[in-house]
Amino acid sequence: MKRLIDEAKYMKKHAGLLFLALPGLGLFFLFNYIPLYGLILPFKNYNYADGLWGSPWSGFANFRYLIAGDAWKITVNTLLFNAIFIVIGLITGIAFALMLYELSAKFVKVYQTMLFIPFFLSWVVVSYVGLALMDMQYGLLNQLLESMGGEPVLWYNTPKLWFAILPVANLWKGIGYGTLIYYTALLGVDPELYEAAALDGASRLRQIWHISLPMIKPLAIMLTLLNIGNIIRADFGLFFNFTRDSTMLYPVTDVIDTYVYRALRRLGDIGMSSAAGFYQSVVGFILVVIANATVKKIDPDSALF
Amino acid sequence: MAKKINLPKIGIHLFFGTFCVLCVLPLFLVISISFTSENFIRTVGYSLFPTSVTLEGYRYIFINPMEIIRAYGVTIFVTVTGTIIGLWCTTALAYVASRPGFRYARFISFYVFFTMLFSGGLVPGYLLVVRTLGLKNSIFALILPILMQGWYFMLMKGFLRSLPHSVVESAKIDGASEMAVFVRIVLPMSKSGIATVGLFLMLQYWNDWFLSLLYIEDQRFVSLQYLLYRIMQNIEALKVIASKIPGTVLDPLNLPSLSARMAMCVVAAGPMVLVFLFMQKYFIKGIAIGSVKG
Repeated sequence: MKRLIDEAKYMKKHAGLLFLALPGLGLFFLFNYIPLYGLILPFKNYNYADGLWGSPWSGFANFRYLIAGDAWKITVNTLLFNAIFIVIGLITGIAFALMLYELSAKFVKVYQTMLFIPFFLSWVVVSYVGLALMDMQYGLLNQLLESMGGEPVLWYNTPKLWFAILPVANLWKGIGYGTLIYYTALLGVDPELYEAAALDGASRLRQIWHISLPMIKPLAIMLTLLNIGNIIRADFGLFFNFTRDSTMLYPVTDVIDTYVYRALRRLGDIGMSSAAGFYQSVVGFILVVIANATVKKIDPDSALF
Repeated sequence: MAKKINLPKIGIHLFFGTFCVLCVLPLFLVISISFTSENFIRTVGYSLFPTSVTLEGYRYIFINPMEIIRAYGVTIFVTVTGTIIGLWCTTALAYVASRPGFRYARFISFYVFFTMLFSGGLVPGYLLVVRTLGLKNSIFALILPILMQGWYFMLMKGFLRSLPHSVVESAKIDGASEMAVFVRIVLPMSKSGIATVGLFLMLQYWNDWFLSLLYIEDQRFVSLQYLLYRIMQNIEALKVIASKIPGTVLDPLNLPSLSARMAMCVVAAGPMVLVFLFMQKYFIKGIAIGSVKG
């Protein structure tokens, strides 16, 4: 009781601060905490009339449907593409940053600006760019193929091509940001290290190997582990919009996020979509915790919590 | 000593030159198509350097500019409102969480952080907005759900860490209220943080189409990105725009819908890309400061 009175007094004393914090706290509560109730959804046979609490329980039926259906396919697609994106993003980000570091600030600015443009575009706009290139009838790529004597390709109907197209699109949109982060880290390296190494006769490549790379290693590890923590979450815009939601591509491009969306909005299947969402949330949480524990072991300062 | 020709450096320039051209070329293609005559497209296809250039695509989408103007209105309203309110709430919360000695600071940080680790997923959020809040076909459904993001909070807290708290203390001793301290001292001193998080918020709201996809069916609240999305789904949507004008008789076979579609994309994306390019240096600076976490 005394404790409570004490807390109340403290709160009253800092009412001004609490008032400042309130809108933010409230919004997080409304949009991030209240929906957690919904985690019981997949265990219900939801209908709109009875609502969340009134609908009858259904046990694991929704999960059984999910597992019997597309669970395996969408999980594999999600993990596979995200793994590809992580590896490519890591390698290109570091390589581009190392190359930029060799150039003078004037050029860096020009190149950085160009690389950054796609970052500012929405996936809707990028899907127009994709269509300009890959339209079956009028697209530039098919014209190029035909002018070289090749056959036109039905890009939006050929799943296996997208193993290459999606990573390229993802790289194109994200490279500016990825490069910037590593380039910034390189700028933080003490230039005297390089000067000393140069005096000792170390070549530029050796300097990169022995100074630059070790200096950005902690950042690279941390970013990669964070990405691994999110490996179960796909970029909806890329997989839904850039593929123009082409049904023929589903074997390759259907990921958990697009599946949940379709089940919810096209089929109105609350049970199935909430089961897939539940599965994603739980696996995602476990992965983040594992990733963080790993970071903590390697470099306690980089850990998230 | 004559300047040595630096071969690796030239190689890097060649590489970046080529890569940057490849980066920008597809965008140039979209712009080219928007100026290409329909006939040229139908016979030759999309071309970077069309020989038959025309403004008919643009003229076509501006026959009835109401649709575009309204979409711009929705997007601008959502972006401005969302960015301002989002900035206020994020900065205020991050400031409170970074006040040294405040008993609940740690709790607030964890409270926010947890939302980044675990989420209820799409379906519960959807039911909350549609059923509990009844925001289907409301413009607030485009603003509220993404107003607060854990990541922006963390970013802002990183910026506020360098705030000299002694200034805050002395202002409080002089009898200033918390609100006054926040508005008159904290906000002016965290300009770089506000600029960076503000840019992220702007980008998020300007480019959002997912919330529209979920919650908007009413024509009046169709944002730019969502309008673009609908035209992509169905090029006929363009014809609907034009057919709404009384008195115009359009030959459905001669509509410049292919170039008009890309013209629409240019009109929708172009201005903001220019704005973001202009603000890019603040963005880069912000990320540079924000990523050097103590």
